[in-house]
Amino acid sequence: MRTYAGHSDAQRSNELYRRNLAKGQTGLSIAFDLPTQTGYDPDDELARGEVGKVGVSVAHIGDMRTLLHGIPLDRMNTSMTINATAAWLLALYIVAAEDQGVAAAQLQGTTQNDILKEYLSRGTYAFPPGPSLRLIADVIAYTVTHVPRWNPINVCSYHLQEAGATPVQEIAFAISNAIAVLDAVRDRLGDRAPELMGSVFGRISFFVNAGVRFIEEHAKLRAMAQLWDELGRERYGVTDEQQRRFRYGVQVNSLGLTESQPENNVYRICLEALAVTLGRDVRARAVQLPAWNEALGLPRPWDQQWSLRLQQILAYETDLLEYGDIFAGSHVMEGLVAELVDGAGAEIARVAELGGAVEAVDYMKAALVESHRERWRRIETGKLTVVGMNRFQETEPSPLTAGSDGGILVVDQQVERERREALAVWRAERDDAAVADALGQLGAAARDDSQSIMPASIAAARAGVTTGEWAQTLRDTFGSYRAPTGVGEASAVTDADLEELRDEVERVSAAIGRRVKFLVGKPGLDGHSNGAEQIAVRARDAGLDVVYQGIRLTPSQIATSAAQEGVHVVGLSILSGSHAELIPAVLAALREAGAGDVPVVVGGIIPEADAAALREAGVAAVYTPKDWDLNRMIRDIVDLVAARYSVPA
Amino acid sequence: MSDLGARVRAGDLSAAPAVLNLLENRTAAARAKTAELLAELSPAALGGEAPGHVVGVTGPPGSGKSTLLSRLVAGWRARGDSVAVLAVDPSSRRSGGALLGDRARIEHDPADPATFIRSTAAGTRLGGLAPATRAAAAALAVCFDVVVIETVGVGQSETEVADVADTVAVVVQPGSGDALQFLKAGIMEVPDVLVVSKADLGRIAQRALADVRAALRSLGARETPALAVSSVPPASGIEDLLAALDEHRQALDLRARRLGARRAHALADFADEYGERGLRALGGRREAERWLASCDPTLSVPSLIQLLERRQGVDAPNRRHSAP
Repeated sequence: MRTYAGHSDAQRSNELYRRNLAKGQTGLSIAFDLPTQTGYDPDDELARGEVGKVGVSVAHIGDMRTLLHGIPLDRMNTSMTINATAAWLLALYIVAAEDQGVAAAQLQGTTQNDILKEYLSRGTYAFPPGPSLRLIADVIAYTVTHVPRWNPINVCSYHLQEAGATPVQEIAFAISNAIAVLDAVRDRLGDRAPELMGSVFGRISFFVNAGVRFIEEHAKLRAMAQLWDELGRERYGVTDEQQRRFRYGVQVNSLGLTESQPENNVYRICLEALAVTLGRDVRARAVQLPAWNEALGLPRPWDQQWSLRLQQILAYETDLLEYGDIFAGSHVMEGLVAELVDGAGAEIARVAELGGAVEAVDYMKAALVESHRERWRRIETGKLTVVGMNRFQETEPSPLTAGSDGGILVVDQQVERERREALAVWRAERDDAAVADALGQLGAAARDDSQSIMPASIAAARAGVTTGEWAQTLRDTFGSYRAPTGVGEASAVTDADLEELRDEVERVSAAIGRRVKFLVGKPGLDGHSNGAEQIAVRARDAGLDVVYQGIRLTPSQIATSAAQEGVHVVGLSILSGSHAELIPAVLAALREAGAGDVPVVVGGIIPEADAAALREAGVAAVYTPKDWDLNRMIRDIVDLVAARYSVPA
Repeated sequence: MSDLGARVRAGDLSAAPAVLNLLENRTAAARAKTAELLAELSPAALGGEAPGHVVGVTGPPGSGKSTLLSRLVAGWRARGDSVAVLAVDPSSRRSGGALLGDRARIEHDPADPATFIRSTAAGTRLGGLAPATRAAAAALAVCFDVVVIETVGVGQSETEVADVADTVAVVVQPGSGDALQFLKAGIMEVPDVLVVSKADLGRIAQRALADVRAALRSLGARETPALAVSSVPPASGIEDLLAALDEHRQALDLRARRLGARRAHALADFADEYGERGLRALGGRREAERWLASCDPTLSVPSLIQLLERRQGVDAPNRRHSAP
């Protein structure tokens, strides 16, 4: 058992890990901050407000040494949630182990290393799809021979469900993703492929999701296991049954957790945990449960403990683990599984027709945005019940959120400045010539497709290269990339409510002389774009002209766009908890760009105390997950424009 | 002289957003100011044609226009030219609204004051231009070195963009036969420069280029440059394309082209305002074009529209309801 942990800097995270290990934890699960995940140094403009926020900041080998100081890497199983920069973080890990006298062959652990879901959902990509797939394949090919006990990739379907995937889409897109990766590795292995493909296949594990419709969710896992087994046998000729086993870890659904009556989330999490544990044949290898208050802000240690206890009750108090597979022979389950296998098979074929998962990124992204839009419409129209949110809303005041901290964790704001200063010292003290040479080698390896990126990355780690420099060298070669937003293809909806809203938009637009123009922006490195996408699509359906540029924008980019595009209102979405830094930065940038009079609204996971501060700073309105009626939100925004331009009601 | 007119004439690039906000505005007050601004920026007022190079970039969806524009913008900026991009989004207006995504696809330095990008929905208009695009191109060519009009489509969009641009480049991607068929059938006019994108596709792109050249030859347009470019690293052909655009502009009779553009602009705005009935009152579109061609070449667009209105014999109260 281990907990996903890491925050601030390497020193503080190291202390946390050592405390946890002393309490009997047997492995590490490292959470990196967004700049580390996307390949930016702590002093980069894009890193502003995000340093040390959702995980630890690791900028160079010195940080990795500090992070792992006093932890015996030859006996440690280390899971790293890292994707775009996985090759780099693995290189740092290998060099840090080397410094401890531990050989690469002894290392055990996992790099998430799954890039496609970053384009589709999580947003922490750094390079275009083609080169990214090559980096993944390089890591897999390298570990299979040099770090044989390493799990080089976790194919993630988890994030697809968070982006709105239906069970069929979750299965199909994840398997298509795995096919793209396996094909790329097979190419990279060349002559050695026949001999090594079995062990490559066997080292691939999945990271899945489970929603509250737990019977269907369980069937989904059985369907995945069946398809995975078929794939190994038929496409890759894997003969060893053990190597074809569907291995997965799970984090249950966060998408369905509510901000209103958040205590209800405990029941949802419990039911979702059943989905992945009920049937022994497809039981999860590792389960992480979210905390009840995720939709409110960052969970505190006590909240995480409460989640852990749920797992322990399931494992130690109930009789769950005492039986064989309780669904064996169930007609209902078999029928459900067959339906999902058929649906997913057809969808996998469609992705293949488009040229495979890499070529089909646009298609898959648009399909997810569309599914999510559909789901949201069902919630708004009451066809899908969410208890405490769109039904049974009456509630007594909750004692759980009554505390002085509002029931969430508050993060230290000092870290970013400390990290910037420490990085300047690191740069001043290292051997510049060695760094330049290592980056030259890295660039050469990147340009030559026949080379593996790993040796040059390991050499760069030793030379003291920083995370930002490593990633920039690859960006220079591979080109930078903006993932598709998927919003353009989302279909338009019409209902009476929306018709009324459109009339109002027409009226206000005619009065001010131009169609109401709305910029939807996501400042910072946070890639959680569901909210921004749904708002953009609905605003369009309501008749607004919408400028949406996708994720990862600096405050000055947003301000420049707002000014050049002549928008009437700006909407910002942030879920990474960095609103306190980034929103005022956008307001300042807007003033500087001469668009200081454009009203700004903000949406995201924003605690009430912060919301008050934002309103104080000039934000016109703050929306949180409890504001689930999108039409109402758009109407507010149109009203705001009408008021700002003195359009009579 | 209006403040905005003075800023544009003084080369103040930061006036661009305000210029567009005005030109797009359909209230009566704003339209009066628009007419005033266009008169202030007309060749008669300037003492010559606006110096900027108005470049139309058009092609079917997915042909790689935005990535190509990223490279072109970088190329122009590298040699010190200021660039304004008017991105016209074709998205359908079933709800009236539009998702404007081009800005995200055109890579540029957001901190660079000499790069300006504005996206506009084409709205219900056929032909690819947004209502204010012609006026915007005319105004921005006064202060920007290059004004790009990006439109989407094939067979129609390049026709209207040809009315307003000095140089039109049509982008086609290898393997898509449409553009070639349209070209051969005469549905698509021969552009000034033909660009085959995605040259990184190698032989497929080379074959597409050969097909395009053959089609141009068969149409007697032997001189029309056709180039293959790759916008993904390592980019190729961009310098050649920049040079081809320059050459076209240098060989161009700019006064004649801009005069044609102003007359087409006046007629388009007139037709927008008064519809088919207005055109019939002028004796039909062809007749109106002939009549415009006989007008004083120094007249500004607002003056030409006034002349058309007078000739039509309608007064302002007969104007159709104008939506924004």
